[in-house]
Amino acid sequence: MITLNNIHKSYVMGSSKLHVLKGIDLDIEQGEFVSIMGSSGSGKSTLLNILGMLDNYDEGSYHLDNRLIADMSEKKAAQLRNEMVGFVFQSFNLISFKNAMENVALPLYYKGVNRKKRNSIAMEYLEKLGLAPWASHMPNEMSGGQKQRVAIARALISRPKIILADEPTGALDTTTSYEVMEILKEINQAGITVIIVTHEHDIAAMTQKVVRLKDGRIDEIIRNGELKAFRHTYNKELETA
Amino acid sequence: MFDLDKWQEILSTIKKNKMRTFLTGFSVAWGIFMLMILLGSGNGLSNGVAANFMNDAVNAMWIWTGETTIAHQGLKPGRSIQFHNDDYNIIDNISGVESASGRYFMGNTRYSYENESGEYTTVTCHPELNDVEKMELLEGRFINEVDILQNRKVVVIGKDIHTALFKEKAALGEYVKINNVPFKVVGVCLEPGSTRNRNAYMPVSTAQKVFNGSNRLHNFAITISGKTLQESQEIEERIRNTFARKHRFDVTDESALGMYNKMENYIQTMRIFQAIKIFIWIIGIGTLIAGIVGVSNIMLIVVKERTKEIGIRKAIGASPASVIGLILLESILITTVAGYIGLVLGTGLMELINYAMVQSAGDAAQQGETVFLNPTVDFSVAVAATLLLVVAGTLAGYIPAKRAASIKPIVALRDE
Repeated sequence: MITLNNIHKSYVMGSSKLHVLKGIDLDIEQGEFVSIMGSSGSGKSTLLNILGMLDNYDEGSYHLDNRLIADMSEKKAAQLRNEMVGFVFQSFNLISFKNAMENVALPLYYKGVNRKKRNSIAMEYLEKLGLAPWASHMPNEMSGGQKQRVAIARALISRPKIILADEPTGALDTTTSYEVMEILKEINQAGITVIIVTHEHDIAAMTQKVVRLKDGRIDEIIRNGELKAFRHTYNKELETA
Repeated sequence: MFDLDKWQEILSTIKKNKMRTFLTGFSVAWGIFMLMILLGSGNGLSNGVAANFMNDAVNAMWIWTGETTIAHQGLKPGRSIQFHNDDYNIIDNISGVESASGRYFMGNTRYSYENESGEYTTVTCHPELNDVEKMELLEGRFINEVDILQNRKVVVIGKDIHTALFKEKAALGEYVKINNVPFKVVGVCLEPGSTRNRNAYMPVSTAQKVFNGSNRLHNFAITISGKTLQESQEIEERIRNTFARKHRFDVTDESALGMYNKMENYIQTMRIFQAIKIFIWIIGIGTLIAGIVGVSNIMLIVVKERTKEIGIRKAIGASPASVIGLILLESILITTVAGYIGLVLGTGLMELINYAMVQSAGDAAQQGETVFLNPTVDFSVAVAATLLLVVAGTLAGYIPAKRAASIKPIVALRDE
């Protein structure tokens, strides 16, 4: 599904150059539930942005669904994003002057679905996420958890192959965080690849595979079976802290 | 192609961002509104003055005689120059003279009818005087050619004379005594551009015969065919030369022969108004530029404000073109509607002023001197100004919109 081969990425900050990703090799299969971890500045968000075609890379190759993602026009990238990827952000990124239903329906607008149809589909998704009563509410009238669920509904509506979530629980309390993770789990069980970036161990522990980044390189990959051990280390880390 | 869905998206954005919409719209509407008022006032002023000139024919010229002040061909200065009937034939035949009327001055004339009497000015004339001074006849007719040929004792009296002598009675066909000689009233007239209508008009040939005028004439009122200042001055020159030769005075002697060329005066005044018009246009263009700057500023802010929204839209699959289209169509819609509103309000106000002026002034013929007339703006100018603002707003929006659409969505999303 996703194949990264020696990905490099650097940012030019004035005169100095910041080398963020220093050769990432990663394979993610369809239907996996992956979390990317790392301290701030380790390049985890950058990696996610490259995966989501929001940002381009300098070196290496990125294949998504057997298609090389490189040197694409903005238009083509936008179209691919619309077809393949659904985004969930830490700050929700809902459009403030649109109500919940309109926000959810927006990706379908760019797919050319007419208003009536896309609104009814949006209602379906809101219902699935238990938000039907809030359909006509504006983002500023909803709680963080509700906003994140609206964002998830928006990510799902275009039936993407991958959901990319950048710190989806970063702005939420623990209870709501777990609710959101439950939803992401359900989505994953429906066969959609879910990749989340997080720095919270308990959140990462709910995924099937944890990719730990350190200074722009993959430090370790902990797979499903080893997660128990990961939980153990994580607990120990908590104790020492 | 009309994409209903796209317009619905734009309309919903406008509806949800009322303040922004209002500010953009207001600067456009205000610019157009002020421009309409400025240009309307300018037009009104210039129309008003032009109309005052129109009371008499614009191409009118008056010629009168005086005493010589320069010795010429052995003749001493101080000699009176006198026109006679043959001079009328001469001036009527000078090329460039369209119609001419001679006048014999009668001094004080007493008009009486039954028990009423009063002193009024009698203007003796040829029928052509009507071409020069454009009398408005309320009843009857003006002096005609037959009156001149047959020396008929007929008179056209001013409205005030009619009121004073006849009160409510009809005057047409009645006889008034002028210096005790009965004249038949054939018409009642108004002098446009004047509030006094105390002149009476009489055939010049009759006046000469009845009141001892012999064949003497005192002045001529003529219209000329010259369209430009230069042409009219050439005709003036020709008349002066002709009379100088005939009456033997120096051509440069201004007091032997006086001339008033209305065309000259008219053209000079119109030049002043041309200058005022240009001035108004400069202010108008300044107003427009202020409007354009206002719109541009707001568009810049709008795009800045929407950077994050653009990022979100791009992340979920909006192409750069659709983002630019969204912003630009919104700005075009707002500026067009607002421009139209400004246009309607501005022209509406000027029409209202026009209406109020006409109402308060009453009958156009009675209002005399007006400075303000028909203060409206050429429709094509108004539309062009609105279009200019729309185009400027679009251009002002396009550049930042294009830049915003080309930033990486990730950068746009980070924008707070």
